[in-house]
Amino acid sequence: MALLEVDNVHSYYGNIHALKGVTVSVEAGEVVTLIGANGAGKSTTLKTISGLIRPREGAVRLEGDDLSSVPAHAIVARGLVQVPEGRGILGRLSVQENLEVGAFTRNDKPGIAEDLEMVYTTFPRLRERRRQAGGTLSGGEQQMLAIGRGLMARPRVLLLDEPSMGLAPILVEEIFAIIQRLNRDQATTILLVEQNAKAALEVAHRGYVLETGSIHLQGPARQLLHDPRVMQAYLGA
Amino acid sequence: MLETLQRRRILPARLHITDLIMGVVGLLLVLLIVYGSIRSLAIGKYSGVQWLSFVVAGLVQGSVYALIALGYTLVYGILRMINFAHGEIFMAGAFTTYFLAESIDGRGWLDAHPFLSLIAMMLFAALVSMLVAVMLERIAYRPLRGAPRLIPLITAIGASFFLQYTFRGLYGSGVERYPRAEAFKGDLMLGSLAIPKVDLVVIVSAVVLMLALYFFVQRTKAGMAMRAVSEDKRVAALMGIDVDGVIVMTFGIGGALAGAAGVLYALIFGQVQFFMGFIPGLKAFTAAVLGGIGNIPGAMLGGLFLGIVESVGPFLFLEGLGVPSPNQLKDAIAFTLLVLVLIFRPTGILGERVTKRA
Repeated sequence: MALLEVDNVHSYYGNIHALKGVTVSVEAGEVVTLIGANGAGKSTTLKTISGLIRPREGAVRLEGDDLSSVPAHAIVARGLVQVPEGRGILGRLSVQENLEVGAFTRNDKPGIAEDLEMVYTTFPRLRERRRQAGGTLSGGEQQMLAIGRGLMARPRVLLLDEPSMGLAPILVEEIFAIIQRLNRDQATTILLVEQNAKAALEVAHRGYVLETGSIHLQGPARQLLHDPRVMQAYLGA
Repeated sequence: MLETLQRRRILPARLHITDLIMGVVGLLLVLLIVYGSIRSLAIGKYSGVQWLSFVVAGLVQGSVYALIALGYTLVYGILRMINFAHGEIFMAGAFTTYFLAESIDGRGWLDAHPFLSLIAMMLFAALVSMLVAVMLERIAYRPLRGAPRLIPLITAIGASFFLQYTFRGLYGSGVERYPRAEAFKGDLMLGSLAIPKVDLVVIVSAVVLMLALYFFVQRTKAGMAMRAVSEDKRVAALMGIDVDGVIVMTFGIGGALAGAAGVLYALIFGQVQFFMGFIPGLKAFTAAVLGGIGNIPGAMLGGLFLGIVESVGPFLFLEGLGVPSPNQLKDAIAFTLLVLVLIFRPTGILGERVTKRA
């Protein structure tokens, strides 16, 4: 049984049928990426997993437990932690407070302190700026803060929504290197939603290609990277 | 010169004729206030000690406004709505506690244990107001969470009337005399300045409550959740914060502060009535806007500032202009201040904008 299962999910925005039977699974220790064009339903899939949108059909399961009646905040407590699109930094809270908010569902003080130290070691820039208001950070630093904040929840699965969006190419590279490192060194399971298909497939183990609300292709990331259909549509080759 | 002012954002980049007119009106008002103040001081009707006692009275009144204003500002910070029934939440606590106060007084405990009685009364009023505020949120506001902003505002006004007339229906429209402990009667002499003892009790209680709130919001986990929700509900939910729970808590805290303020208010004026929440409610709203709505220190500062302006203003600004019995106009001064703030500095004294860099 997979750690996270999205099983034949149909989600709607009002009357718009945004997801038409999406099935995705993530095994423990994997990096799985969900790629696709704008409006393909990538973010909708993440919102459905996080409980912000409820599926009309199908189910989201974590270790076999159906999450459809679990409120969004409780889903976080179970270990499905989303790093939202646009980063969602709380601009008036300090960097450290942002990280502490990330650990909101936890009560083990020593564990939280340990993870705070781990995040600061992973992102030394955040330590330098820990007293600064989150809103004063640059885009790249905010993305690091957003990922760090996600880690503070000790996620079973870290859900990353377009982490490269709006970043300079050099920072995009850095962010993907960080994602790979988190998986390799700390065995963090990651579901990565990206428009930057090439970079995402390079760090992922497996990938899914989403097109207008359904899974179009799926397979090992390396295979997708060289699939002519993917190359033509998403890799600009 | 014009360009420098525009570049420094003191003047808007494109000058409009209404800006000019408002500027002139503002300038005339300032001149009028300065002229009135100079004349009032020149007449020398009041001594220094009297001026000081006006300030103290203003601080007392202002600290009550500040406590009520916090409720407006907390709720606005979370939901971006003005809970216009907040004045009635204040009244509900004060009025209900009247019965407790009567029974405590009837047993002679009020004079025997004045401070203990005061604390008991404030706790009871806080509890009552908290319950009213939380029920209001659950019944009247939550179903309208997604509605356009005007709709909860109108609902709030409706709720305000509902509470007023419920209390009138239950307890009549008469004015009830609030008992005051012997220990709080009389003045404390500071040199030649006589400060009513009750004023000191009010100021100290208000300061303690405000410090407690500030500590709660800045230092506790629940306070942090509140700040997170006030900034971004979606992100807060994604961090595992129960947003609805935080909203209920916010109404509860705002209500509790209003209830405690109600007891202090009744202590100052020695009476309660079903309509007593209306004007203080509006004044506290003014104070919250004055300090920068949504801003917690702003509400405290705005309340104290409004109290002082209201208390000193009539004698300072108006006496010298030959206005008869200027004290009658203190409400006019308070609400003129509201209009001026809304026109010239809608973000209030401490209003700020944190720009988010993408």
